[in-house]
Amino acid sequence: MSATNAPGAVSTAPSKKPGKAERKASGREPRSPKRIFVYVLLSLGLLIMSAPFLWMALSSFKTTSELTASPPVWIPTEWTLDNFRDLLDKLDLPLYFMNSVIVAVLVTVSNLVFCSMLGYALAKLKFAGRNKIFGLVLGALMVPGNLMLLPLFVLMSKLQLIDSYAGLVLPFAAGAFGVFLMRQFMQSIPDELLEAARMDGAGEWYIFWRIVMPLVKPALATLSIFTFLGSWNNFVWPLIATNDPDKYTLPVALATFATDPNKAGGSNGMLMAGSFLIVLPVLVVFIALQRHFTQGIATAGMK
Amino acid sequence: MSTTTGKAAESAKVQAGPGTVKSPAAGPKGSRSRRKPSLGMQNMAGWLFSTPFLVLFLVFMAVPIIATLVMSFTDFGLRNVTHPLDANFIGFENYTKLFSDEKFLKSLFNTAYFVVIGVPLTIFLGLIVAVLLNNGIDRARTFFRVGFYAPVVTTIVAVAVVWRFVLDPSDGLVAGLFSEVGLTAPDFLGSEKLAMPSMIAMAVWRNVGTVMVLFIAGLQAIPTEVREAARLDGASIWQEFRGITIPLLRPTMLYATVITTIGYLNVFEEPFVMTQGGPSDSTLTVSLNMYREGFNFFHMGYASAMAYVLFVVIMGITVLQLRLLKDNTK
Repeated sequence: MSATNAPGAVSTAPSKKPGKAERKASGREPRSPKRIFVYVLLSLGLLIMSAPFLWMALSSFKTTSELTASPPVWIPTEWTLDNFRDLLDKLDLPLYFMNSVIVAVLVTVSNLVFCSMLGYALAKLKFAGRNKIFGLVLGALMVPGNLMLLPLFVLMSKLQLIDSYAGLVLPFAAGAFGVFLMRQFMQSIPDELLEAARMDGAGEWYIFWRIVMPLVKPALATLSIFTFLGSWNNFVWPLIATNDPDKYTLPVALATFATDPNKAGGSNGMLMAGSFLIVLPVLVVFIALQRHFTQGIATAGMK
Repeated sequence: MSTTTGKAAESAKVQAGPGTVKSPAAGPKGSRSRRKPSLGMQNMAGWLFSTPFLVLFLVFMAVPIIATLVMSFTDFGLRNVTHPLDANFIGFENYTKLFSDEKFLKSLFNTAYFVVIGVPLTIFLGLIVAVLLNNGIDRARTFFRVGFYAPVVTTIVAVAVVWRFVLDPSDGLVAGLFSEVGLTAPDFLGSEKLAMPSMIAMAVWRNVGTVMVLFIAGLQAIPTEVREAARLDGASIWQEFRGITIPLLRPTMLYATVITTIGYLNVFEEPFVMTQGGPSDSTLTVSLNMYREGFNFFHMGYASAMAYVLFVVIMGITVLQLRLLKDNTK
């Protein structure tokens, strides 16, 4: 990008560039060669970061002979949709897609409601036990998910919720991360505002829904994105909580397909097509909403 | 939310019991002045707002955590999934067995290997990228940031499938790079020596973005005056980095290290999809081992003991990191 005009600026036309660079670099000498070096370094890094995605995307359009060619073919000479067609023949992707969507939507909605409720209580209500509950939330943040898989499976079997949406949703219906995030945001709402509403006779439920929730919309957006994505990408629990292929979520369906030598063990074309179809929506959503992602991570990290 | 405005509380009472705290009705004793709601009211409201989370937390987290501990002292097996109370109490047998189980010890070693190499690499690269993005360039910053963060958000199973192909010794991307320079690619995932390093490479690739974002946030929290003062005093870029950036980034570094370590100690999807623990258990991690013992062989008591050993290791390392890195700041 900048590599095209910047080198010229150094050697031949110093009169034009500095003005622009100086303003940005706050008084420092324009360090063009150094800057180019940084750009080259970052571009190289970016290439490495995106290479697997590019490889996946390109490979999913290759013919079988090009997929198995050795040395490998970089760019398909003959673009084909056969991999997608074969995959859809063998794997009921629309079904798994719907399963993933239903589970993710339910998980997201319940997290928005329950985490906000507790977040509000922790941030704005003075009640006995508040600190203990907050301690519990912080503790829950640190407990690895693996620790409850086994009894959770037994519990779900007992409740006959294996192979049900409820079984997939309930363990994730309210996460500590959400409480933490909502509490952080709600703390910044001035107490005077809520006090005024209380003086006017508003109940806490009304204040919560009508005053607080509209004020924390950005936080709700961040939380929905994270929760939806967390559910979409979740693997271990759906793997355990489903036996019936009709209830598989996308990752479970793909993993089962990919690790079963009788199914697609060898067919990289189909696997790349499948990965492409799972990863693409996530990437599109991410690129569209990237600001919320970085903001959410940063907020959670600042404490 | 569902019904119309006005007295929303009345309808809310019907559809979502716990949160219904429309002022006077809820607590008969509370109100000592009509205008200012008493603390008793807030007390009540606080608990009602906490209830849904607490119920879910109790049933799906707290009880299972305790149940895992109890199960780890029993011979809980497939039969007990339907009859949990029939499991026999066997004391510390599972735990003593663990430490003579070569497979478990190997999985412990593999996990440690993954963490010890993977965490520093991830933190180091994440820091480098963040510093470059924050100080080196003005243009295309968002573009680069999005690019480096993209792997974080993608479905790990799909990504692991892709990496399996990328590393394929005959027709993968890396094989292509090797053949471009006239070399033959080794069988990365099929080799006992290279399988784990390959998996670490993939994990670093995937997690560098998280660490980068944390460091960018940390860097932006450093007041510009501090840097400018250093520059006026003639500090070189390196001096500025060592003397100002690194010390002020300590809290971020601590947080990034702790969460990366916890994540890596739990590594599961990568070996599950890419190698299934092989070749000859060289990528069998504790989590994968636990999953197999528990859900393939239904040695659930034994698997519970594994889960607790892993948990204790995670807690221990986290506490240690918090100590070590915090003390350094003083």
